[in-house]
Amino acid sequence: MTKDDFWQGVRGGFPVMVSASPFGALFGALAVDNGFSVFDAVFMSATVFAGASQMVGIELFGHNVQPWLIVLSIFAVNFRHVLYSASIARHIRHFSGLQKFFAFFLLVDPQYAETEKRAERGEPVTFAWYLGFGLIIYLPWQVTTLLGAIFGQMIGDPKAIGLDVLLPIYFMGLVLGFRKRDNWLPVVAVSSLASVAAMHFVGSPWHVSIGAIAGILLAACLPLSKRHEEPVTLEHEV
Amino acid sequence: MDNAEHMHLIYVILAAAVATFLTRIGGYVMITQMKRIPPRMEAALNAVPAAVLSTLVAPAFLSGGWDVAAAMLVAMAVGLRLSSLWMLLVGWLAVMAIRHVLI
Repeated sequence: MTKDDFWQGVRGGFPVMVSASPFGALFGALAVDNGFSVFDAVFMSATVFAGASQMVGIELFGHNVQPWLIVLSIFAVNFRHVLYSASIARHIRHFSGLQKFFAFFLLVDPQYAETEKRAERGEPVTFAWYLGFGLIIYLPWQVTTLLGAIFGQMIGDPKAIGLDVLLPIYFMGLVLGFRKRDNWLPVVAVSSLASVAAMHFVGSPWHVSIGAIAGILLAACLPLSKRHEEPVTLEHEV
Repeated sequence: MDNAEHMHLIYVILAAAVATFLTRIGGYVMITQMKRIPPRMEAALNAVPAAVLSTLVAPAFLSGGWDVAAAMLVAMAVGLRLSSLWMLLVGWLAVMAIRHVLI
């Protein structure tokens, strides 16, 4: 049932929305602090819709960095989405062209993670479920950005109210959620070490792409488990 | 900001939005050009989420200060049994306790 799927998606995305809300508000507040108007902050949340990269963007804009470098940095922080959309292609082949457009626009980390988990459990990845999950994150992201931008001055020091610890813990929860996958521990170990080394020697935000590629290359080189022996066929898309 | 500066910002945001959308559709465009997924590529794709998300966790663990590191360890212990909402709650309580009670 389409309607049931939609509401199942909304329920699934609800905890994500709750944990993302402080960051939406924080983004709004920091954006205003960096010279954005309230409109600019919401405009960025509505069009870019990628929290970590939005934070990087306002930080660089506040320091008057050249426009091409701001866009390149946002591209680098978001580069992991290339991997998501490659990985998710297997599960959303049945979407129409317009549905795919919206699906990719809404493809944030938890959306990707939950789509993979849903497919792994053998449940159908319907557009209604995907849209429900995406909208319960996307729409409140705009509202919390707006509220954060308006009441920005009241947040004060995010560390004093413990906001800085939420994002890493949330991402760590997602990492733990994939611990049943093949070669999980070596991949996590290598990506972690490579990202820390890259942070030190190359700098942020490239540590994200470099660390990710290290773990992915390792997974491609390690011995394959039995279920990977048969190649999976993918119908050619028009 | 004057009007010209403001329009400049709007263009930067729009360029960032296009760049972000390209990352979100890029992998799909690449992979659908291939007729089948080789097994090693599938193994690599399966490693994507853990590999990427680890790069967002490890640097925060090392550079966030001992209070953040301690809260993350507590949250990880919770995460082995309970959902991520519990991880967030317990981790947040841990960091608040360290900052406002211990120090």
